[in-house]
Amino acid sequence: MKMKDLPEEDWFVNGHTACPGCGGATVVKIAMKVFGPDTITYFPANCLLVFGGTYPLNSFKVPYLHVLFENSAICAAGISRALKRLGKTDTSVVAFAGDGGTADIGIQALSGAAERNEDIIYVCYDNEAYMNTGIQRSGATPFGAWTTTTPVGSVEAGKGEYKKDIPRIMMAHDAPYVATATLGFIPDLLKKLEKAKNKKGCFRYLQIYAPCPPGWRMDASLGAKISKMVVDTGLWTLYEFEDGKMTINKKPKMTPVEEYTKLQGRFRHLTKENLAALQKYAEDKWRKDQALAEAYS
Amino acid sequence: MAERRIVTGNYAAAYGALLSRVEVIAAYPITPQTFIVEHVSEFVNDGKLDAEYMPVESEHSAMSACVAATATGVRSYTATSSQGLALMHEVLYVAAGLHLPIVMPVVNRTIAAPIGIWCEHNDTMAERDSGWLQCFCENNQEVLDMVVQAYKVAENTKVLLPVMVNLDAFILSHTVEPVEFPDQKDVDEFLPRYDPKHAYLRPKDPMVVGSFASPEYIQEFRYQTEESTQNAKEVIRQVNDEFAEKFGRDYGGAVEEYRMDDAEVALITLGTVSATTRDVVDELRDEGKSVGLVKMRWFRPYPTEIIRDIASRVKALGVYDRAMSFGTGGPSYMDTKSALYGHSTIPVLGFLAGLGGRDVMVKDIRLMFERTLEAAKKDRVEKEVTWIGTRGVQP
Repeated sequence: MKMKDLPEEDWFVNGHTACPGCGGATVVKIAMKVFGPDTITYFPANCLLVFGGTYPLNSFKVPYLHVLFENSAICAAGISRALKRLGKTDTSVVAFAGDGGTADIGIQALSGAAERNEDIIYVCYDNEAYMNTGIQRSGATPFGAWTTTTPVGSVEAGKGEYKKDIPRIMMAHDAPYVATATLGFIPDLLKKLEKAKNKKGCFRYLQIYAPCPPGWRMDASLGAKISKMVVDTGLWTLYEFEDGKMTINKKPKMTPVEEYTKLQGRFRHLTKENLAALQKYAEDKWRKDQALAEAYS
Repeated sequence: MAERRIVTGNYAAAYGALLSRVEVIAAYPITPQTFIVEHVSEFVNDGKLDAEYMPVESEHSAMSACVAATATGVRSYTATSSQGLALMHEVLYVAAGLHLPIVMPVVNRTIAAPIGIWCEHNDTMAERDSGWLQCFCENNQEVLDMVVQAYKVAENTKVLLPVMVNLDAFILSHTVEPVEFPDQKDVDEFLPRYDPKHAYLRPKDPMVVGSFASPEYIQEFRYQTEESTQNAKEVIRQVNDEFAEKFGRDYGGAVEEYRMDDAEVALITLGTVSATTRDVVDELRDEGKSVGLVKMRWFRPYPTEIIRDIASRVKALGVYDRAMSFGTGGPSYMDTKSALYGHSTIPVLGFLAGLGGRDVMVKDIRLMFERTLEAAKKDRVEKEVTWIGTRGVQP
């Protein structure tokens, strides 16, 4: 699907209350254009649940279910199994969860659903912290980032650990489809959403980089730019893992990470040593992802 | 023709699911429930039950899968015990709040610490405010029958609440008894296919199930759950009678009274202790003592009106609990007192015994009756809560 082929119609409609420049809302809007009307969605307790509409309002033209925070994958699987009983296997079942709901509290259910190869699409919109509760560190928060639980103090400043690599964990489950994407490369994103939609009857995982301007202390207009830069620096590799074969979709330019961090207040406090560590992380990650792609070629 | 077989309580609970034609089963093992999900998997793999079997990663996920499947519009089933039920805790509230008529056998097992695997009711008692209806079973026949009845109560449009069918660990779960297996055809007539009008997920008729709600609305949702719970009292009676008519077994509805016609005192029981109490009542009657049994079958909704009526006919009530609400008394004892306050001044005594799976003996129940008869005679309560059979504690 090309951008010009995207339908005019939205199934996640305007009127929702997301912040200006919300990456999560943009991911969901585009994804719903691709997934279309024959879709049932699930949201955990996240920003989307709140900005998507509070009772009796609603911004979705497809059904959605919310149960709790840590059970997105199993709830989507429960819907999918029930649909099988009802003979409605064409309907896409899609969970939209953030990185906290995926990498931390939701990883048990996610792992179980992947292992059982449940017929669902799991979209993690990764804004690299618990944003709904007010910017707390998650397993997917990058090294050095300020959050409200990794404050910049006189002894410690920012997150001391590196980002948990969930797509790699999903690959270790031999999930039939795993892909990473960002809002900086829309044709690539559309291709992956479409593949996920059309690859029926199996477990599909997408991790989509989703800037959060208030959480990242960043100008709301910079989402697309930052979503390109994260790939250019090597901090985020665009790839697909399909039926055991991994393909890297874009070779990073290896732009210095400082070009990326300096646009975001969450990295403002980073020292030269911190930046060197993050630079090394980006280089290591690119090296490891290449090696993985080679191993899974 | 109905068939009579010798089976465990766990098998009866599993067979109740088969007869109810459940469509999605979420399964996770925990002692002493495990055999239930094993038996159901055998039914599915042998082609006796056409259903989706989900061997999930935790009890939290088991209940989540049931919530999602029932929200989509099919009948779902799981079973658990003890820590498994505790792990489900937050999901239980969602099932009730969304009015999803899930039925779940709970094999009552003690909650850690100390860790143990034997009978105590402190697992389900901790969930008595979750919005789930709860019934307790005395024998394996009742377990099978109550799984089928529970779906009928739960899916009634005046109720639409989930139900726990409680059976005592090992005393029922692992003990064989003769059980009559109803014909599938009869159960199909009794329990039609689940066809929800209030909650479903269909792209052609989109609905939000589980919306975020503000203080402007939540109180009304709570009130609706209370209304449904109250409605369940009448529906429980109707379903009991309809079941009795069709299958010939009348359990008496929310409460069964045994030898209560002219009883001076009664003991209120939950679970398998009811069976031992029947014998003790017979013995005491032979000795000329005017005692009776009040077998509480449905603990939620609490049968307030029935208990008030019983209290108006006796001089004192004893209440047996297999769980403790620390600092106060057993939950059934507290609910009895609460129901009677302002309506009755008879003495009400609480008894604790059999915690952690310790056997409750005939002599223990005799002691409960003796104390209750004494209180009736003196018309006062000298000791509110009595722990029976506790090392170093005088009962």
